[in-house]
Amino acid sequence: MLYINCPHCGLRSQNEFAYGGDATVKRPELNKEISDQEWDNFVYLRKSPRGKHLELWHHISGCRQWIKVERDTSTHEIFKTYKANEAIE
Amino acid sequence: MSQDFRLDNVGMVNREKKISFKFNGKKYFGFEGDTIASALIANGVHLVGRSFKYHRPRGFFGVGVDEPYAILQLDRNNERDPNIRATEQEIFEGLEVKSVNCWPSVNFDIGAINNFLKMFFPAGFYYKTFMWPPSFWYKIYEPFIRMAAGFGEASIKHDKERYEHKYEYCDLLITGSGPSGLASAYAAAKNGARVILAEDKPRFGGSLLTSDVNIGNQTGVEWTEKIIAELKSMPNVTVKNRSQVFGYYDHNMLVMSERISDHLPKTQKYLPKQRLWYIRANEVLISSGSIERPLVFGNNDTPGVMLSSAAKEYMKVYGVLVGKKPLIFTNNDSGYETAIEFKKNGVNPIILDTRSDPSSDIIAEAKNLNIEIKFSHVVVAAKGYKKVKSADIAKISDDKKELFNIENIECDCICVSGFWTPSIHLASQSGNKSKFNEKIDAFVPDKSKQQENTIGSANGIFTLEETIKDAFDKGFDVSNKITEKNNKVSVPTVVEKKSTDHDKFWCVPLPKGKSYKRFLDFQNDVAVSDIELALREGFRSIEHVKRYTTLGMATDQGKTSNLNGLQLVSDIENKVVPQVGHTTFRPPYTPVSIGAIVGREVGKHSKPTRKSPMHSWHEKNNAVFVHAGVWLRPRYYKQGNEGLFEASKREAKNVRQNVGVCDVTTLGKIDVKGPDAAEFLNRVYTNAWLKLPVGKARYGVMLREDGIVMDDGTTTRISENHYHMTTTTAQAANVLSHLEYYLQLVWPELNVNVVSTTEQWAGAAIAGPNSRKLLMKLFPNLDVSNEGLPFMGYKEADLFGVPAKIYRISFSGELAYEINVESDNGYFMWEKIMEVGKEFQIQPYGTEALSTLRIEMGHVAGSELDGRTIPYDASLEGLVSKKKDFIGKRSLNRSAFTSTDREKLVGVVPIDKTTSIPEGSYIVKDPKAKLPNPKLGHVSASCWSVEYDNPFSLAIIKDGKNMIGQKLFAMSPLKNKTIPVEIVSSHYVDPEGKRVRS
Ligand SMILES: [Zn+2]
Repeated sequence: MLYINCPHCGLRSQNEFAYGGDATVKRPELNKEISDQEWDNFVYLRKSPRGKHLELWHHISGCRQWIKVERDTSTHEIFKTYKANEAIE
Repeated sequence: MSQDFRLDNVGMVNREKKISFKFNGKKYFGFEGDTIASALIANGVHLVGRSFKYHRPRGFFGVGVDEPYAILQLDRNNERDPNIRATEQEIFEGLEVKSVNCWPSVNFDIGAINNFLKMFFPAGFYYKTFMWPPSFWYKIYEPFIRMAAGFGEASIKHDKERYEHKYEYCDLLITGSGPSGLASAYAAAKNGARVILAEDKPRFGGSLLTSDVNIGNQTGVEWTEKIIAELKSMPNVTVKNRSQVFGYYDHNMLVMSERISDHLPKTQKYLPKQRLWYIRANEVLISSGSIERPLVFGNNDTPGVMLSSAAKEYMKVYGVLVGKKPLIFTNNDSGYETAIEFKKNGVNPIILDTRSDPSSDIIAEAKNLNIEIKFSHVVVAAKGYKKVKSADIAKISDDKKELFNIENIECDCICVSGFWTPSIHLASQSGNKSKFNEKIDAFVPDKSKQQENTIGSANGIFTLEETIKDAFDKGFDVSNKITEKNNKVSVPTVVEKKSTDHDKFWCVPLPKGKSYKRFLDFQNDVAVSDIELALREGFRSIEHVKRYTTLGMATDQGKTSNLNGLQLVSDIENKVVPQVGHTTFRPPYTPVSIGAIVGREVGKHSKPTRKSPMHSWHEKNNAVFVHAGVWLRPRYYKQGNEGLFEASKREAKNVRQNVGVCDVTTLGKIDVKGPDAAEFLNRVYTNAWLKLPVGKARYGVMLREDGIVMDDGTTTRISENHYHMTTTTAQAANVLSHLEYYLQLVWPELNVNVVSTTEQWAGAAIAGPNSRKLLMKLFPNLDVSNEGLPFMGYKEADLFGVPAKIYRISFSGELAYEINVESDNGYFMWEKIMEVGKEFQIQPYGTEALSTLRIEMGHVAGSELDGRTIPYDASLEGLVSKKKDFIGKRSLNRSAFTSTDREKLVGVVPIDKTTSIPEGSYIVKDPKAKLPNPKLGHVSASCWSVEYDNPFSLAIIKDGKNMIGQKLFAMSPLKNKTIPVEIVSSHYVDPEGKRVRS
């Protein structure tokens, strides 16, 4: 079970969190004309890297904040965690 | 039978307390502190089971977790427990165990015929033999394998025992209380660290219980007792025996199984049988010790052949002799320690040492005691079927290839020692890639992967002096990283006998003309010849050889067989062991009971149960409940002999004719607050929200980004910047997460907050033509006329002294209101509604009537919004704004979503107006078409229309909008029904929606 350092609450066990997928995906702006391809990329296409991955976790049984976690997908090592609005190094 | 093999005044069992137990129906005696194994050996019993494949007789091989043979079935307090290791299970008064894997009895086992047919049972036997013909599987092969195989029977009854889970945190977890575990725990505890010391056996001390050493001028046992007593007195230390740390998971999470009551006749009140500990440790010291390796020779699985360290432990800990004419077969000095112990207890052993001329303190001591030693000698084969009776021994050439002077000597046990294998399982589970240590011919942990270090013999350190010193250092170092107290205790002096190098020889060649089975894996019956065959057949990777031969795949996970197997593969392949590599170690290190893994989460505790504040009223009024997610909701209120059908029909009819009341507390409720709340809702819902006035509600639909409908519900503008959102019961949690996602990550510039208020409000829907009259009596001071409180209106009022909120919304399609009060007032509100409603013929209605009412009105719910439908499919396209953007809108432009013949919501009525259509039925044109019959769609929900008194269903079918009036068929292959139907509008009742506005 992972041990995730919530930037709001501190170290908490994985079972307090829900996984939220790739954190680098940016939603297209509202009311902007975009191609089917661009929209499909946003809705469906995700990389599945082996190694470092910036991902979203939702602290649902805690502070209810969405956070960003930089994790190695093969070793599960967590390098850093960020608040939702924090700049990524 | 008397305890003929019990020594006087030796060992640690409690001689004051005699205990009787039954093995295979026969009564035996042992002492408190005995295991089943030690007590049976004391009684001269060595035949305890049959092997897995050949059903060869099985005795005892080890003395703890490494035991491959002695697996028994235990009956305790009317519960059956399979897979009990006799070497671990302590005896208690009245204990009953029996052998497994033998039929009809352990002494006469029909399956043993396999042994005489063993030429037919080589490696890969199961793969080769049971492949063909396929029809033989269930009739012949499977029943045969099931009858012949398996280690006991699990109970099929509900296990009444209690199992607990516990979460624990510590600075340092130490897995094993041998010399390294004790030393490091002491050093770390004295340095202020929070320490957990776990020992799988009942007694602490590990090898110190059996070795002849001196630490700080005390015997190993005395020193153990002193350290344990001191650790137990310290508030920062938890010391646990009978506790196996069996798994090392991510981020230094380890799991330990504590056997609290297994050694007692009955679980004590307020105590669980077992407790599973989830331990998050800052640091871990793995001190799990090492397991003696067997030597391999002919018939080396005969009962009476066992590890020499086990024989020593049976003497020193349990005061039991494993035999009176022992043969010690060794390639290192450990066998001598066992021989010396025999000699001290008045028994004359013979040592066969594979080495030609070794010398050390221990060997010198054996010589001084006049123990007979034969150097360059090996056991060629054990003789005897159910117990060792003699052994063929021989002198072996210096190149270990040839045998000379084979002779038979009498013996009643053969104690083998092929040196030691560190238990690296936990380190390996943590991700540590092990490395091969040539000096000890075994793998040891390499670089730490997590916050773990391995100490003592688990790390390949086999001298006590070095072990103690290293463990004191490690205990201090890892604790000081955390506590920074620099409190270092001094290392005690250690006196031990020096030993010399072991011999790398481990497998005795077959004499000419002999084909003895030489076993590597004792639990799965894998012999040298099986590995040879697998390699001849082309298997190379050790992982493949393992699976093909089943080497190391038994419940003991190859604790005694792995390295010899690797050694053999390396020898055949002319490689060295590290080139072959080893198979992966996975948790659990020892078998863990399913009960412990499940813990308290069984039956009603497997999920929480949510109940509304009115729950007890429903109970008192004969409600029959249904699970809606984790909520319990009244499905119907039973009157007299009514079943579901009659009751729900009565309740629904009463809503259409008079007035009904339904508990809608379970609906998800979310407060949406902030200056940008309107803008936010406008982006979340498909319809327009910017112009909703204060005091008004609106129905809304929200999509996922892929255009699929996520949820629907009404949201009311309570005040300028405050909205009350409702969601379906099932989607409440997902919708909240969804809203938080957009507010926190996508549009953080919006000044809005959301919070769940589901549990804050109790809700009652009152529906039916009489509902306004009822409302007037409930709120006499409020204008509830159609003008004062119009459809989709909202009012706050006083309900007999209790603040209430009234929403004029309707799910049933009738004139209806939803009243919310604070949860604590829910019961009061409900009683008042029932009391005042009496004169209007009010009746409560459950979810079944609720479904009937919404289905015949054509209102969609979860069965239509099933994660596959876009607004058009559910006939919600009227709510999709063309002007503004919202979540998921761009997806609706995708070609598949704009195609004109998409599946769409319709109503379905059986032509005969009597046959109910099963939910899930297919709608087809031609019921006789060839299978698979092209389906037009499926029936999503069915009810008995109380308005028209005939069955009515909703369906989602291809090109639904052009199908109205068509005669088709509903087919249910599951119910074997084909029903002629007519497609009608989904708005079956009140299509103009007059009633809700009346
Ligand atoms: Zn948090």
